[in-house]
Amino acid sequence: MNTALIDGLFVFMLAGFIGFEVIKRVSPLLHTPLMSLTNALDAIAVVGAIVLVGEHKSNLSFVLGVLATIAATSNVVGGFLITDRMLKMFKSSRPTKP
Amino acid sequence: MTTEFAGSQHIIEIIYLIASVLFILSLKWMSAPKTARHGVWAGEIGMLLAIGGTLLHHGIVDYKWIFIALVIGSGIGVPLGLVHMTAVPQRTALSHAFGAFCVTLVGSAEFYLRTPDVPPFMMSVLCMEVILGSLTFTGSLMAAGKLQEVLPQRPITYKGQNIVNLGLLAIAIAAGVYLVLHPGTKQLFPVMVIIPLFFGVFMIMPIGGADMPTVISLLNSYAGLSAAAMGFVVQSKLLIIAGALDGSSGFILSVIMCKAMNRSFTNVMFGAFGQVQASAAAGKEERTVRSATAEEAAGILAAANRVVIVPGYGMAVAQAQHKVRELYDALTKRGVEVRFAIHPVAGRMPGHMNVLLAEADIPYDKLVEMDDINGDFPQTDVALVIGANDVTNPAARTEQSSPIFGMPILDVDKARTVMVIKRSMNPGFAGIDNPLYYLDHTLMLFGDAKAFVNSIVHELAGNSH
Repeated sequence: MNTALIDGLFVFMLAGFIGFEVIKRVSPLLHTPLMSLTNALDAIAVVGAIVLVGEHKSNLSFVLGVLATIAATSNVVGGFLITDRMLKMFKSSRPTKP
Repeated sequence: MTTEFAGSQHIIEIIYLIASVLFILSLKWMSAPKTARHGVWAGEIGMLLAIGGTLLHHGIVDYKWIFIALVIGSGIGVPLGLVHMTAVPQRTALSHAFGAFCVTLVGSAEFYLRTPDVPPFMMSVLCMEVILGSLTFTGSLMAAGKLQEVLPQRPITYKGQNIVNLGLLAIAIAAGVYLVLHPGTKQLFPVMVIIPLFFGVFMIMPIGGADMPTVISLLNSYAGLSAAAMGFVVQSKLLIIAGALDGSSGFILSVIMCKAMNRSFTNVMFGAFGQVQASAAAGKEERTVRSATAEEAAGILAAANRVVIVPGYGMAVAQAQHKVRELYDALTKRGVEVRFAIHPVAGRMPGHMNVLLAEADIPYDKLVEMDDINGDFPQTDVALVIGANDVTNPAARTEQSSPIFGMPILDVDKARTVMVIKRSMNPGFAGIDNPLYYLDHTLMLFGDAKAFVNSIVHELAGNSH
């Protein structure tokens, strides 16, 4: 139990540094899609919610789990969808038409 | 059977590991527009793998409701993914709310499943998860409401507001501390959920529209941190990683936004920007401005070699980006070099202007950041300001008494001619007078941004015959 939490802290620390270094390099041009993408990735919380629903340990945890799964799934689907739509619009300049 | 369970458990962990790699790559590919879409695909594959892997979890007995929830969630997600580009800021705020909602619910469920058998460290993380989650939930809903303009965009302030807010937060934290020490105190748990819900509402009330880029970034960071905390609670390294990535992303964006406004976090959260400035704008005397018609503006633009367009929130409100694209085309066809100067806090969220202009098919290499374009303004023939105000206010450089003194601005006043499209001479949201409008080489173009750009485009078309 205790070692798992310590492991978790190491993972958190390393991921925080990676995030810092990687996101620092993201062009300001893409800050809006960046935010919607990280939001979609963050919705990986859905895995915790799915387990709550699937295990059905108590009625309360089941109901909360269903609601949580719905909320997180909508973020997954909506987040990736709008990020891709935004990124599709970014085009480099083409030769000007005659 | 048991070895099979252990085996599947290992497979799940490996799948999560692959998903983590894909998530990091996903953000790495976001660094440039050329690779950014690969980033989305990597994220999608990682997400599918992770959800698929979770379904292998041996404790799962009820698949029916998982699928029902996934289907309903997708049903809500698709329309949220198809909103109009101008609605992206409020959609983003709403998705922060959904993320925080999920985290709070899972945290609550875990509490009631495990209490009173919760070790202190676990309980502290769980309290953090729930407090951050619920304040982010209502805070983001408030932000979304303000952005959608169902709630007033002006800051709402009253005496002692900060004390009330901090008091509420203190009560929630105190409840959390008590739960860490006495994990069996079930009746205290709802306090820890409900009080931050109120705090979230009160926290956003005094925040005005112009501060939204910082606030959205901050809420993004909170949503990430609460998800990471949930990762500790449900012991998912993948969730810890995703939460840490999201948290650091939100944090970096908040820092960039604060720097771009020359303000601190505390000032944004407790400063109530718009309100404080009301008195500062009161003592201004009448000064004359020069205005011009669309015909005159078109003539000046057509004669220019270099034009820099400065878009702001006003362009988004007027939905003028497609007309701006027509203007860009008309001028480029005449051999005028047209670029766009993007201030980091222009609009209502980080990168807002870039998305709107990209939507209007303006090539992204024409969108130039503040630091890269400021040196070019002295060689610019015309700086055309469309719906931007404070980010072009030269008082930020010169007047120590100005509330925005020290804020980095776009040096449009250094261009040979400045044209400002504006509805009227009413000072902007923050109520700060802009000396730019009274300069000798500034021409005010009064009217709606969309309509005015449209008439300039018409004039340019007429001239070419």
